[in-house]
Amino acid sequence: MAVVIPIDLDAAMRAASAAPDALILAGGTDVMVEVNAGQRRRALDSDTVIVLDRVRELRRWSHDPERRTVTLGAGVTYTELMTEPLASLLPALAEASRTVGSPQIRNAGTIGGNLATCSPAGDTLPVLAALDADVHLASLNGERTLPVGQFMLGVKTTALTRGELIVGVTAPVLRGAQGYAKVGVRNAMVIAIASACVIVDEDCRDVRIALGSVAPTIIRCPDAERHAAANLDWDRGRATPGVAAEIGERAAADARPIDDHRSTAAYRSRAVALLVGRLVRRGFPDA
Amino acid sequence: MIVTDTRTGRRPGTLGDSAVRPDGVAKVQGTFSFSSDEQIDGCVFGATLRSPHPSARIVSIDVSGAWKVSGVEAVLTAEDVPGNATYGLVVADQPVFAADVVRYVGEPVAVVAADHPETCQRALAAIRVDYEVLEPLLDPEVAIRGEHPDIHPDGNILRHQRIVHGDPDATGDVMVEGTYELGMQDQAFLGLEAALAIPEPGGGGIELHIATQWLHEDRRQIAACLGLPEPKVRLVLGGVGGAFGAREDISLQVHTCLLALRIGRPVRIQYSRRESFVGHVHRHPARIWMRHHATTTGQIVKIEARFVFDGGAYASTSSPVLLNGITHTQGPYRCPNAVVDGWAVRTNNLPCGAMRGFGVVQACFAHESQMDRLAEACGLGAVEIRLRNAMRTGDTLITGQVVESVAPVARCITEADALPLPEEPVGGRDGDPMRLPGGAGRTSDAEHVHRGIGWGVSIKNLMYSEGFDDFATARCRLSGGVVTLKFATAEVGQGFVVIAGQIARSVLGVDEVRLDTVDTDIGSSGSTSASRQTWMSGGAVDAACRKVRERLFDHVAAQHGLDPLRLAIDGTDVIDTMGTLRLAVEDAVMGREFDETVEFRHRPTEDLDENGQGNCHTAFAFAAHRAVVDVDAELGLVKVIQIATAQDVGRALNPLSVLGQIEGGIAQGLGLAVMEEIVRNAGYVRNASFTDYLLPTSLDMPEVVVSLVEEPDPQAPLGAKGVGEPPCISSTPAIVAAIRDALRHAGIERRLDRVPVRPSDIAL
Repeated sequence: MAVVIPIDLDAAMRAASAAPDALILAGGTDVMVEVNAGQRRRALDSDTVIVLDRVRELRRWSHDPERRTVTLGAGVTYTELMTEPLASLLPALAEASRTVGSPQIRNAGTIGGNLATCSPAGDTLPVLAALDADVHLASLNGERTLPVGQFMLGVKTTALTRGELIVGVTAPVLRGAQGYAKVGVRNAMVIAIASACVIVDEDCRDVRIALGSVAPTIIRCPDAERHAAANLDWDRGRATPGVAAEIGERAAADARPIDDHRSTAAYRSRAVALLVGRLVRRGFPDA
Repeated sequence: MIVTDTRTGRRPGTLGDSAVRPDGVAKVQGTFSFSSDEQIDGCVFGATLRSPHPSARIVSIDVSGAWKVSGVEAVLTAEDVPGNATYGLVVADQPVFAADVVRYVGEPVAVVAADHPETCQRALAAIRVDYEVLEPLLDPEVAIRGEHPDIHPDGNILRHQRIVHGDPDATGDVMVEGTYELGMQDQAFLGLEAALAIPEPGGGGIELHIATQWLHEDRRQIAACLGLPEPKVRLVLGGVGGAFGAREDISLQVHTCLLALRIGRPVRIQYSRRESFVGHVHRHPARIWMRHHATTTGQIVKIEARFVFDGGAYASTSSPVLLNGITHTQGPYRCPNAVVDGWAVRTNNLPCGAMRGFGVVQACFAHESQMDRLAEACGLGAVEIRLRNAMRTGDTLITGQVVESVAPVARCITEADALPLPEEPVGGRDGDPMRLPGGAGRTSDAEHVHRGIGWGVSIKNLMYSEGFDDFATARCRLSGGVVTLKFATAEVGQGFVVIAGQIARSVLGVDEVRLDTVDTDIGSSGSTSASRQTWMSGGAVDAACRKVRERLFDHVAAQHGLDPLRLAIDGTDVIDTMGTLRLAVEDAVMGREFDETVEFRHRPTEDLDENGQGNCHTAFAFAAHRAVVDVDAELGLVKVIQIATAQDVGRALNPLSVLGQIEGGIAQGLGLAVMEEIVRNAGYVRNASFTDYLLPTSLDMPEVVVSLVEEPDPQAPLGAKGVGEPPCISSTPAIVAAIRDALRHAGIERRLDRVPVRPSDIAL
């Protein structure tokens, strides 16, 4: 087993090109759990490990006030996302980051890692989906950018090709309420049973809703989004409880949850309906 | 000079003082050496091949592939066990290695030893076992009905015991009934199973460093399987990172010794977390039906009950666990008539045995849920129904045994009731999500939250029951003003290492107490379980110290021509209570050494007869818990806000240690109430990791307010009752009752007859 520790993106891409089946290690909060559980044994026998946490380009983030976007390097940690000024620029992402693991996990885990693992329960993913974020990928063959919805293909399946790395993600800075909510059986440090993100774009009078842990990957809820845009009282910033609940129900109708050891499909559907309704009401209090 | 605490008048480090544990700082700083930290040069690593099936016949085992892996030094299967092929705490029904059949997922089939843990994994992967999969027995009721072929030569019934007391045909004007279920809880100690075995040159003996609860019982079973006489097997206690019952049974002990003896070098095995979930016994999943008969004023007339405990594949301690469950059917309440039917059965589920509370946790969830239903049926409050039925010293249990212990049940209830309710407003403060159900997940707003209050009160037997010869051994040496204590008592976190020193300082007036190595070079101290070590090993240390003190007084009296009965310890001096003599203990010893070893026994107990009658227990402790919870009824999420508890502790020998047991026990009781369960499907474990087996975090732990009810028990050597188990017994039903109450405030009626209560149980 070879371990490659590149310090810049070019070296990282060269390493990934030389060993396209390499195990990519960022924060290690997913990979090392699998290694310790023995699930990565064969990979470790033959493969290269490329360690990304010293690649300086990946640790940076930038705010473009004119285009009103934030571009996050793939190596930005959950803790950094929770810290100002990022927390105010992308508030739902900060809330989602706070729900991840313990402080130690949040200090190590990265947004790029969350994308690469692409678990249906990945906490930042509903936020990125609702923001219509773009994912930047790079290899020695060039760079490309994919909408996050096209990057996430299924349970732990992404559009990443061999030798390609996640460089970063660009998300819009929007005016309007946004929030993330997640149900687990414990008050912290828990995998989502169901989660939801609601992002309001006041300038476009647009609402984006994404759900986690209720389908093979993150889903958007176009019917609920249209219903929200059409029925929210944009001028007064208000919504009746009935409208909020209806948006939640319509969102839940798009969910395709399963029964598993964490919960049941019926509960998950119920939970996302409630979470979406509540997130809408946080942004649009009683009429 | 005598230093005293000016507030209490107590010399620091003596009984009643919250003395600091000698292992405390190291544990907090991470420098304490746990069993898993023990390594020596030239050590070889071992690992275990386990059954992937809940039930299968082993057609063949081919280990030749493992031998081809470079670095492998030994591969052992059932045919390599030189002594007894099976072991067990009560009956030896569990194979060291499965030979002809496997009876649960995770049952050991073979072990390997190699130069590196990774080599071990490769060797295990190279062993070919051909299984013929059999239909597993998974439903305890099927086992009871005899509808499944025996899955073990000892049959599918581990124990069937009835209790018939008073008039079995008595009835009450009010009847309430329910069927209650408890999931399988894991002890989830943080220090994983680990052992280091060092063979004697020539292979005639072995030394095992092991994290366990009971060195001597381990040694008995290990020696029998190794085919060695017990004196040739020496056990040394490794640092124990929690136990809670899961280290009472043999896990890796025999395997580690077998490998070390085979290759003649030290061998170490350590389980992973995943392996630990199948590598030790768990709390019995249970199904309990209860029907309470009472007068219209709420006096219990009769209790009928049926207990079914799923013991899993092997007996472990299922028999005494069942006994404990059914003999605690009535809870801490008077009950003149009872008919109870108890079953512990064998299935192809994971083996179950000891866990903190030992059968009483299951009984308490049922009887406390019943008490609330009875209160409702009689139009009484939760406190009133319990006070009206509260047991007192001198009452007769449904086993016919008279409660001779101090039994301050009513006092526990009233003192808990008098503790202040939380100041925290419903729905938390300042919109801080961490104070709301759902916590960091930001699921709930204050408007979604309803508050409820619930009660749980418990009785728990202390020490071993049913005629077991339960004793503890301690040796005390006094030399030059320093006391050295030796015992085989396993320190598993409960704090005996601090209590032992406090006893010696109080009895002998010394400041310096040294603790000798904990090993099998002295007689047994019995198990660190059943809330027994303060009473039993504490009793032994106290008796040994008193014997040394007698000899010291004889010596001083002879020197000064006094009657030794006039002498006493005052602070750190020996004094003549009728004269002026006063000399420091250190000077009184004067180059002599006093050395005494004592065996301490509690009074004997009896077996139950066929009607479940007999003095089967020796003593009891009581506790009351009041839970305050906030519930998001729509989402089914719970935030426990406060637990108030008053606990019958006899005498708090170290109040800080007692508080630690109470808070820790409540965390474990909270876990069972709302999150901890080994999720199983057809005999397979679905959540064998801390990602999915959820333990309460600091954000889940509520404020705990405590009243220690101190009525020294005359039976107890130091007046102190065991305090380890009660906190986790009645906290669970109190929390569930509070959830039911909160839902009632939300206009929702839910029985919540199963723990852990899942969000879907509340919301759907």
